[in-house]
Amino acid sequence: MASDTRPRRPFRNLSAKIASIPMIVTAVCVFLGGTLWTVVYSFTNSKLLPRLNFVGLDQYDRLWSTPRWLVSIENLAIYGVLSLIFSFVIGFLLAALLDQKIRFENTFRTIFLYPFALSFIVTGLVWQWILNPDFGVQNIVRSLGWESFTFNPLYDANLVMYGIVLAGLWQGTGLIMCLMLAGLRGIDEDIWKAARVDGIPTWKTYLYVVIPMLRPVFVTTLVIVMAGIVKLYDLVVAMTSGGPGNASEVPAKYVYEFMFRAQNLGQGFAASTMMLLTVAIIIIPWAYLEFGGRRRG
Amino acid sequence: MIRRSLAALLAASVVLPVAARAADLEVTHWWTSGGEAAAVAELAKAFDATGNKWVDGAIAGSGDTARPIMVSRITGGDPMAATQFNHGRQAEELVASGLMRNLDEVAAAENWKDVINPPSLLEGCTLDGHLYCVPVNIHSWEWLWLSNQAFADAGVAVPTNWDEFVAAGPALEKAGKVPLALGQQGWQMSGLFKDLVLGLGGKDLYLKVYGDKDSDLAGGADMAKVFKALGDARTLAKGSNVQNWNEATAMVISGKAGGQAMGDWAQGEFQVAGQVAGKDYTCLAGLGGAQYITTGGDAFYFPALEDEEKSKAQEVLAEVMLSPETQVAFNLKKGSLPVRGDVNLEAANDCMKKGLAILKEGNVLKSADELLSPDTTTQLNDLMSEFFSTELTPEDAQARFAELIASAD
Repeated sequence: MASDTRPRRPFRNLSAKIASIPMIVTAVCVFLGGTLWTVVYSFTNSKLLPRLNFVGLDQYDRLWSTPRWLVSIENLAIYGVLSLIFSFVIGFLLAALLDQKIRFENTFRTIFLYPFALSFIVTGLVWQWILNPDFGVQNIVRSLGWESFTFNPLYDANLVMYGIVLAGLWQGTGLIMCLMLAGLRGIDEDIWKAARVDGIPTWKTYLYVVIPMLRPVFVTTLVIVMAGIVKLYDLVVAMTSGGPGNASEVPAKYVYEFMFRAQNLGQGFAASTMMLLTVAIIIIPWAYLEFGGRRRG
Repeated sequence: MIRRSLAALLAASVVLPVAARAADLEVTHWWTSGGEAAAVAELAKAFDATGNKWVDGAIAGSGDTARPIMVSRITGGDPMAATQFNHGRQAEELVASGLMRNLDEVAAAENWKDVINPPSLLEGCTLDGHLYCVPVNIHSWEWLWLSNQAFADAGVAVPTNWDEFVAAGPALEKAGKVPLALGQQGWQMSGLFKDLVLGLGGKDLYLKVYGDKDSDLAGGADMAKVFKALGDARTLAKGSNVQNWNEATAMVISGKAGGQAMGDWAQGEFQVAGQVAGKDYTCLAGLGGAQYITTGGDAFYFPALEDEEKSKAQEVLAEVMLSPETQVAFNLKKGSLPVRGDVNLEAANDCMKKGLAILKEGNVLKSADELLSPDTTTQLNDLMSEFFSTELTPEDAQARFAELIASAD
């Protein structure tokens, strides 16, 4: 970088540096400090109050032999894979359709984006009613005459996660669509014209020309969606509170309940450290490829 | 549930600023069902009569929701003046870190040592020789509530023990009833389980497994019987899709369900509905088996405050809660038993009299809240809610239970 050759001037832009001190302090103390603190205390047997009484990897041993935690991880994987694939596919399709210079585009965009204005708690409550067998879809279809119709995902341990994915997609796809649409609008009109002159069909243009050009948009979207997946908590609480049984438990809920209900901070910290590790495993290789690779190339 | 607790929080935030006057005490608790709210109003009335003011800080959504809020307020440096916990180990660490004030002086002045019965209640409030809480009632888990009407509709006699109840299951189902009403929350399921351990397995089994954490016994033949009964309960509870305990009780009250295993706080709901013990509903102590009750219950803890006047008012509140008049008024509404042996409970109904008789014989045991740490309780609740929602076999569940008891602290 050029700054290496220039003489260091620590007092240059002093006011800007002073102004950013609060942000730096927050980042270092709260985020980094808090993270380190949590990791350190996850090796202790802290109960209701944090204590520095180290017990090695006991909390992790227990964590990975707890069926509820294993179910939580499995559920997060199901939710993550499904919502990642579907929100990308549906979001991109909707964006591509809206990009065809249709009439009332603003209206459609508003309709698709509207669910995003609702919190997960509200979304969860709404979908809990829609999927409730006594009030929702099942009841309506049955009252239309199809008596044997069964659609009861939230009370079936094998289906409950799919019910939650459905609500999550309804809430989040609109945002993905908007991000993709913004990306599509950034594609130069001349590229379309060139493709048309060469006689390439539209779908091929999308697949081989436009999508590769949208890579930065996809990466941003990926990060947003992934962050939403890992912190999944409120949707589950509002829809099923982890039930039936513990069929829809998720890691964030495990962390909360062991920290506050079970009064076992150590166990909660161990679980949250595992969550951090998961995020790190995803983020670090990606960041390496994204930023490290470019400098070399 | 969430909406209600949010509403309660909002309400509390409106009420809080008023608490600035010296003798206004904010009291947090999770008594929000009909019967419970009526009971807590009696405490408030008695305290207001002393010239102080009870500022109600009800947190809806059962103790599981309320306790984290209470604990974070106390540890976060914004303590209320008094708060409910179940006596036992829930507040153990708060007391140990000096966040609660001790009540030795009030206890000595009011002679609690002699009037509180059974004395084990005070032991649950004592740490290192100091007293930290005021037990206000005795709650026992070990009751089976039966709807006389449901059994009449099904054409079978009202059962007198668990086996008869299980046998009556098919007849109830035929009559379109849910045999066993059970809220789909872990604590209700592990409550039912504990009732089965004590009712069918007896006192020794309960104390050895829950108290001594004897994992061999927990995996043994006696417990296998209990787990078999739990399997029966799972079959009987099919079709019970309610969440909260009082919704399950409502199913029994309306005759839609045959029975519910629930603590004696359920009785308050029957009373609010205007039902009469013995005529409209029947109660079986110890599920009709071993006649023991556990003396879990509610207690009030008083966080250490700096404000002199509030601290004085805390003492007044502690005194009022245990006065004979308050004890009678409160417990009649709540459906629980008073903590004083010297009060007159002529107004008590059939079920409370059964409880009082057991209490008199001294057949009282420590509650699971006193024996198990909240950590173990949570693990047990998880196991139970998994058992009731999946096809987990009783044998596998027992193996998991034995493991859990082995690692309990």
